[in-house]
Amino acid sequence: MEKKITTPLTDKIIRSLKVGDKVLISGVIYTARDAAHKRLVLDMKKPPLTLKDQIIYYCGPTPAMPGRVTGSAGPTTSGRMDGFTESMLKAGVKGMIGKGPRSRETRNLIKKHKAVYFVATGGAGALLARHIKSSKVVAYPDLGPEAIHEFNVVDFPVIVANDAKGRDIFEEGVKKYKRGKK
Amino acid sequence: MREIEAQKITKTVRDLCIKANYELSDDVLYLLNEALKKERSANAREIIRELISNADIAKKVRYPICQDTGLALVFIELGQDVRITGGDLTEAVNEGVSRGYKEGYLRKSVVNDPFFRKNTNDNTPALIHLDIVPGDKIKITFMAKGGGCENVGAYKMFKPGASREEIEEFVVDTVKAAGANPCPPIMVGVGIGGNQENSALLAKKALLREAVKLNSNKDTRKMEKEILAKINDLGIGPEGLGGTMTAMSVHIKTAPCHIASLPVTVAIDCHAHRVKEAVI
Repeated sequence: MEKKITTPLTDKIIRSLKVGDKVLISGVIYTARDAAHKRLVLDMKKPPLTLKDQIIYYCGPTPAMPGRVTGSAGPTTSGRMDGFTESMLKAGVKGMIGKGPRSRETRNLIKKHKAVYFVATGGAGALLARHIKSSKVVAYPDLGPEAIHEFNVVDFPVIVANDAKGRDIFEEGVKKYKRGKK
Repeated sequence: MREIEAQKITKTVRDLCIKANYELSDDVLYLLNEALKKERSANAREIIRELISNADIAKKVRYPICQDTGLALVFIELGQDVRITGGDLTEAVNEGVSRGYKEGYLRKSVVNDPFFRKNTNDNTPALIHLDIVPGDKIKITFMAKGGGCENVGAYKMFKPGASREEIEEFVVDTVKAAGANPCPPIMVGVGIGGNQENSALLAKKALLREAVKLNSNKDTRKMEKEILAKINDLGIGPEGLGGTMTAMSVHIKTAPCHIASLPVTVAIDCHAHRVKEAVI
């Protein structure tokens, strides 16, 4: 069973999400990866977009073919954004979408700020692109693929990886299927 | 001497960039389907089904398989009886990458400098690995190598007396540390022997072996099988969410080395293993 949610995120939505939940997101989400984060944290006094209650998608899409909304648009490795996450959460970001685990420190911050971290399937950028209905660059156009894009998504499929209670899908999942000595 | 025009090389490289990024090879699709049969976690099977469906959309609807369309690795076997006319080899390859990434709507993921990090806007320079071989042909193998999996490779210099088990342990530990980040189910290339830079290249070249082809060396083949089993006992699973299919295939390539050395490099590739070749 999938849960359908709409952005921006409210405390009520976040409270309802548990680790492992399959979620379909609709509404606006914003892309940002390494270079955009580096700039955003420097621009926090006057950020180029409203971050409160928003979802940040760690993604740098391929260019759209003529007549298309976007190119391939899957998640990048989230761990690289760990160092920027506290500033983002303090600015009001409530959700993040990426792939791979977060550091323990980041997980604690997600819990502290009552936020949520989702994973989308890495390497499924073609499939995910079909859930993006519009796209425009809203900040840092000079960063090219790393510019901040505003995506309007419908039923964008993700899984809750870290919920506001501090649970972690990676630790729990690996423990379940681990065999042998390592 | 056979003459080959530089622009023929450019056109070939251009086409390979596009084909590799839109059409997942049959051998990788075969491995994904095998993974689907072997995986014990129902959630993980769903992820593998998504990956197979993603490959289908990429090819038929024309979206790149992954938004990280990679650094362009270009392996060239240049026949010594070939003379390139109308341009030079390096320029011809880079022109091919530039055209392929622009005309194929692929992401430009290369920056000009590790510190200044300005995008070069055409995904050049390519990384070109050249071997001179007998004959009058040029074989070009293109690999799109994404950042997520590239970032988790590892190198270690062993003592010459190291056992196979110690090396196997190093490979498994590298995959364990990589966890979800390289987009499992992964492919693992291991270069054993040579020297420092040579072992890294061996590991990358090991990844080029067609995934369904067995290693021709019996001992190495056994080692590949053992490492694969140990990796799949780690429990990492597709996308790291837990499962029994962490790796689809392990490829080892060996080379002679110094009496004092036993270098080992592990190169990891994601499930979107994008390799295409052409012979001119």
